[in-house]
Amino acid sequence: MGSLKIENVKKSFGPVEVLKGIDLDVKDGEFVVFVGPSGCGKSTLLRIIAGLEDASSGDVLIDGQRVTNAPPAKRGIAMVFQTYALYPHLNVRDNMALGLKQAGTPAAEIDQRIGASSAMLSLEPYLKRRPAELSGGQRQRVAIGRALVREPKLFLFDEPLSNLDAALRVNTRLEIAQLHNRLKATMVYVTHDQVEAMTLADRIVVLNAGRVEQVGAPMELYNKPANLFVAGFIGSPKMNFIDGARLGETAKTVGVRPEHIAVSDTSGAWKGTVIHAEHLGADTNVFLETEKAGLVTIRLFGEYQTGPGATLYATPDAARTYRFDADGRALG
Amino acid sequence: MSKAATSLPRTIGAHAILLTYTVIALFPVIVIVVNSFKSRAAIFRSPLTPPTAETFDLIGYTTVMAQGDFIQYFQNSLTVTVASLFLVLLFGAMAAFALSEYRFKGNTMMGLYLALGIMIPIRLGTVAILQLMVASGLVNTLTALVLVYTAQGLPLAVFILSEFMKQVSDDLKNAGRIDGLSEYRIFFRLVLPLVRPAMATVAVFTMIPIWNDLWFPLILAPGESTKTVTLGAQVFIGQFVTNWNAVLAALSLAILPVLVLYLFFSRQLIRGITSGAVK
Ligand SMILES: Nc1ncnc2c1ncn2[C@@H]1O[C@H](COP(=O)(O)OP(=O)(O)OP(=O)(O)O)[C@@H](O)[C@H]1O
Ligand SMILES: [Mg+2]
Repeated sequence: MGSLKIENVKKSFGPVEVLKGIDLDVKDGEFVVFVGPSGCGKSTLLRIIAGLEDASSGDVLIDGQRVTNAPPAKRGIAMVFQTYALYPHLNVRDNMALGLKQAGTPAAEIDQRIGASSAMLSLEPYLKRRPAELSGGQRQRVAIGRALVREPKLFLFDEPLSNLDAALRVNTRLEIAQLHNRLKATMVYVTHDQVEAMTLADRIVVLNAGRVEQVGAPMELYNKPANLFVAGFIGSPKMNFIDGARLGETAKTVGVRPEHIAVSDTSGAWKGTVIHAEHLGADTNVFLETEKAGLVTIRLFGEYQTGPGATLYATPDAARTYRFDADGRALG
Repeated sequence: MSKAATSLPRTIGAHAILLTYTVIALFPVIVIVVNSFKSRAAIFRSPLTPPTAETFDLIGYTTVMAQGDFIQYFQNSLTVTVASLFLVLLFGAMAAFALSEYRFKGNTMMGLYLALGIMIPIRLGTVAILQLMVASGLVNTLTALVLVYTAQGLPLAVFILSEFMKQVSDDLKNAGRIDGLSEYRIFFRLVLPLVRPAMATVAVFTMIPIWNDLWFPLILAPGESTKTVTLGAQVFIGQFVTNWNAVLAALSLAILPVLVLYLFFSRQLIRGITSGAVK
């Protein structure tokens, strides 16, 4: 009931072209995440889907219907904002009810929907409070509740977790994931946090400078990045890029993820000196200045005793190296 | 409040400065009010002493009440001030909302054009305004004054309010749009309440020059039925003899309504000024 189709959407602000022709198909019930660096146009694209911004050209279809000229309220969408955007003068209940009242929903049904979604989000104790009397996490749950009661065809989230602290972010992320499992609703979610993207998404859309770089399931992007940008953007720490010529390869650039490099004290492909080691408990990140490949980051699982000055040998997992041509496209 | 921020000498110093300023600012007002209750001889003999049993005299107030139609003048002043204030705030806020919210060609130019009036005194256009009012048959009507004062107050209102409205969260307005609120509801129900302090600031800055104005009432509406208080009080100031009792009494009375309006707006005004937008 809630598919989304974007056809060649372009957007310019004055002379600046922010979206350079975006095509996208989102199936009913899918959870799609837009990721990309700051300023790449994620929010702009989401706002165009919502109808809060007009596209310069191109079309948006929700549920098979062309909504390019429909106002936001008539598109069957609900949106959750980074800054919560609750109405400050209304209590929680009225915040959730406003949209339904505007749409002329009967009072009994409003009550029933608010009851259901506030139970789902454990909002019952706060229904009579104003937003100012809630914590950040509670406010964001109210904002999600306000989206829920509309029973939209399409949920839109614009960085809903960025204003929450780390612990709350994990909890709310889980809540959103559960919500998606329960409702089976179509969701489009914008974030620049790749952990959110990897954990929530059925499919990730990687945007860069107004273009779609790659669309795919999280593991697809991780295992088969289409180009240098996606390879560098997905995965943390970032993939190591090594000049192909230094390794005697024909490819312009060779990429190896930090977690796909083995180390040894005695022998290996690349000899190097440790510059710095980050001990994170579960992982250890080692920065190794190698003679052959330059500076590489290595991610070791568990604790690993080493420090600046130590000599180590690094060996990349040959099956998991990536090769890119001069234009940054993945080879093979 | 934290202890660290309030050392005793600093508190005393700050209060001393503020009290001195308050005394200086209030002194002329108090002299006017005090003397308005004294007889003419007492006003000149000892202008600074409060009225005693001997010198107490309500002659000023009785003259004011007897002479002309002061109640009418008051009504005129109030009507003109309140109506102009209402229109300035309404149209100023609406224009500010449009300028801050919508992207359209010439937005910046329009904003500059609207703000131009802050620097160019409207009195420069008096002759043209008078011709306009004569042509449209509005001379000696309160409407003429209301129109002129609305024009006079708008530039500052648009300027201040658009700055404030730019700060209102876009997400909030967008949430309203998604919930199906009309642009008018978004403006009146979401945005206006959030810029209330700025509205109060604008209200006070708009109201006082209007109430005190002598120029336009004298030129556009000098008729008996449309006289404002400031103009009405002029009858007591003669070329050769000035009825000081009556002038002081009229002025004291004229303070009251502004004072009431000011008290009405002051809490918001303080919030507006301390939130740092009108520096
Ligand atoms: N109203 C506007 N006028 C002019 N330029 C704009 C406007 N809104 C956005 N832009 C520009 O469009 C580009 C994309 O903005 P957008 O908000 O979509 O970025 P984003 O990907 O959401 O970034 P972030 O992760 O920082 O939120 C930015 O370069 C921004 O400067
Ligand atoms: Mg954004």
